[in-house]
Amino acid sequence: MATSEIAHAHAAPQGFIRKYIFSLDHKVIGLQYFFLALTAVWVGMILSLFMRIHMVWPSADLPLVGHIQPEAYLSLVTMHGTIMVFFVLTTAPQGGFGNYFLPIQIGAPDMAFPVLNMLSFWTTFVAFMIMIAAFFVTGGAPLHGWTGYPPLSAVQSTGPGEGLGADLWITSIAIFCAASLMGALNFITTTLDLRAKGMSMMRMPLTVWSWFITAILGLLAFGVLLSAGILLLMDRNLGTSFYVPLVVVSGQLMGHRGGSPLLWQHLFWFFGHPEVYIAIVPGMGVASQLLSTFSRKPIFGYKAMVYAMLSIGFLGFMVWGHHMFMSGMSPYSAFAFSILTMSIGVPSAIKTFNWLGTIWRGRVRFYTPMLFAVGFVSLFVSGGLSGPFLAQPTLDIPLHDTAFVVGHFHLIMGVAAIFGIFAATYYWFPKMFGRMMNEALGKIHFWFTFIGTYSIFMPMHYLGMAGQPRRYSQFTEVAYLQHLIPLNRFITYAAIVTISAQLIFVINLFWSLLKGPKASDNPWEATTLEWITASPPPHDNFGGHTPVVHNGPYEYGVPGAARDYILQTDPAIAPSSAH
Amino acid sequence: MGLALLAVIWLITFVSTYFFIAKTWWLPLGASAAAAGIDRQFTVTYILMGIVFVLAQGSLGLFVWQYRDHGSARKAEYSHGNTKMEVVWTVLTAILFVGLNLMGSPIWAAERFKPADDGALPVEVTGMQFAWYFRYAGPDGKFGLTSPKLMDPSAGSEAAIGLDTSDPMAKDDVVTGTMVLPVNRQVDLTLRAVDVIHSFFVPNMRFKQDAVPGLAIHMHFTPTQIGDYEIACAELCGLGHYKMHGMLKVVSPEDFDKWLAAREAEKQ
Repeated sequence: MATSEIAHAHAAPQGFIRKYIFSLDHKVIGLQYFFLALTAVWVGMILSLFMRIHMVWPSADLPLVGHIQPEAYLSLVTMHGTIMVFFVLTTAPQGGFGNYFLPIQIGAPDMAFPVLNMLSFWTTFVAFMIMIAAFFVTGGAPLHGWTGYPPLSAVQSTGPGEGLGADLWITSIAIFCAASLMGALNFITTTLDLRAKGMSMMRMPLTVWSWFITAILGLLAFGVLLSAGILLLMDRNLGTSFYVPLVVVSGQLMGHRGGSPLLWQHLFWFFGHPEVYIAIVPGMGVASQLLSTFSRKPIFGYKAMVYAMLSIGFLGFMVWGHHMFMSGMSPYSAFAFSILTMSIGVPSAIKTFNWLGTIWRGRVRFYTPMLFAVGFVSLFVSGGLSGPFLAQPTLDIPLHDTAFVVGHFHLIMGVAAIFGIFAATYYWFPKMFGRMMNEALGKIHFWFTFIGTYSIFMPMHYLGMAGQPRRYSQFTEVAYLQHLIPLNRFITYAAIVTISAQLIFVINLFWSLLKGPKASDNPWEATTLEWITASPPPHDNFGGHTPVVHNGPYEYGVPGAARDYILQTDPAIAPSSAH
Repeated sequence: MGLALLAVIWLITFVSTYFFIAKTWWLPLGASAAAAGIDRQFTVTYILMGIVFVLAQGSLGLFVWQYRDHGSARKAEYSHGNTKMEVVWTVLTAILFVGLNLMGSPIWAAERFKPADDGALPVEVTGMQFAWYFRYAGPDGKFGLTSPKLMDPSAGSEAAIGLDTSDPMAKDDVVTGTMVLPVNRQVDLTLRAVDVIHSFFVPNMRFKQDAVPGLAIHMHFTPTQIGDYEIACAELCGLGHYKMHGMLKVVSPEDFDKWLAAREAEKQ
């Protein structure tokens, strides 16, 4: 352990390009990931705004895009989902904050493989450029949804966007998979090999555990999607039939024979379900870290939190079939998938219970990062509790592929994960940039976002119960959907307000970057290793020395201690007080 | 700030729960034999999840307010957790979630493990971009051959599904764009798709099943109320997905026989 020679091998870089563009420094790479995700989230959000407006005013003329056709709406659906899942929810929490803080929190000078780290970011960047290019080719972006079910995604004549746009889409995802595999390998090796002296696994901050577990999920999941994507490309361009049986599209008999559309669904969801946890687990780590810090209290049930995350990750690989209850898969397998899915409720409930237990009898300080952490818990509960509906095949009969599902996964893997990202941004901004963010703007941003996202996604559950299918570009063709249009309008208004309010965040971010008051090394009076070094940390993180760890990560309010927090590097606290 | 958080979290909880309890938006009228069981399982789930929801959000709001740092001398309690409570909580949630699952399982089994009854009416459903076609076997009770080579959506319903009119068993097959079913008789569905995946969703029948190219999926349900019901496509199938719409007319057995006889007569 703690052989830092490998990572230490690179000296502080000279020159702009090696320092800020092709940097080997995990901190710079973390920021690159962060700003890539920030760009991507705006693209994804604007797409969703167009979608919401088109759904309720189908004949409206919009700026930039004009009048949206149904096929263009489906391109928006596809690109919104893909960009958000891959380039925001996978990129920001893991690539961004994980990259920046995992090495620091374990007391390492850098990632285990700095070159691989740089390569991983730039590969992700290329993938993003290819994804965006899909908008601008003939036929536009694909319309097959982020799940890309064949034959729709595999046969070019099934619709506009299924030509070059779909090829670019798959290529981008395949490249993204390769990048994520590199990242995952790096995270795992770094966590296992580069921990400072005294940083045993059970002294790692829960954020480190969450990035570590996410990396393992990524390593096992992205390889499968990469392979699946290559097969899909072959079906599309080389005449193979992995996923496509004999089909007749618009009266034309296609050349495919004997493939299985369900094979793609199995492979996709074998990746896709763990992907949900790749998006949310880092948020769990951040919420745990922040709730403990701002409640001035040790995390409730540290070990239970670790085991809960491990079991969520483990079970996450055995439940992909719950996306396929209506697919034509054997109804017997639904039994197994369903009961395993319900079991995930147990570790999730443990986490919620422990977060509440952490706040209980604490001394809560309401800084903006804490507000977002509390918001995360609330959204995690709300999004989580619609899970047991969808996990039951019986209830999937009315609910599958309706707005209920859209509400469910947006609350839990969309908004809750985004709250994790916001919490992390407000919390670590002082460390990353050496300046504080504006508290007043931060709080205004929180209130708009918290109330706004609930107003958008909670009503979707009602729409789904009433039978509103997903991915409908408008509700004019089905009579029973007419009476749902007012509620849909309400959601659109809420989306307009909430999306506009995100400008407050951007203004705060860039204003604070330039003009924010200088941050001290440890503005939150926190305990983990990033707070013992300068803000921002020097190139090698700890200015030439390697920290030695004596304490667990969340020693707040220790009886008899001089101050209410004990740094991990402080002299070991008496074992008797740690009951 | 603690009080504001308490108020907002409680308000969100109240409003969300209110609309569930008031049933402002609810499952559409259930008009099939399976509807009652599915709806009961839904209601049980939403009551149990509703209780957990209110308790969890309620205590979150309460705790952040009650344990806010208001400058008093009160210190945060130094505790790393409580294993006994952790175990109790884990066991309780395990019983809740697994129990709920087992409760709902017999409904699923009745729906999908058993084949259709002997007296069920066979109907073949074919989905294609962007229409549903329904085929009735006619007096011989047997479906005739179809062929992908014969499929021509521009030449009427029979040609759309590629009905091979040279096959004697196909002679009396009736293909329509509207689904007509007799009330209180089980229907034995064969679901097919010719181009991409579609999903046959009839909200009032509490019925949904994907139609997948290359597969012939057998399903059954029993309509129990006479009336007109909408069919929607629930699986993204291309640019016309939102208007891949059909009608199911549930009629009396006599009306059904009359209707089918009239369609047969039209063919001659």
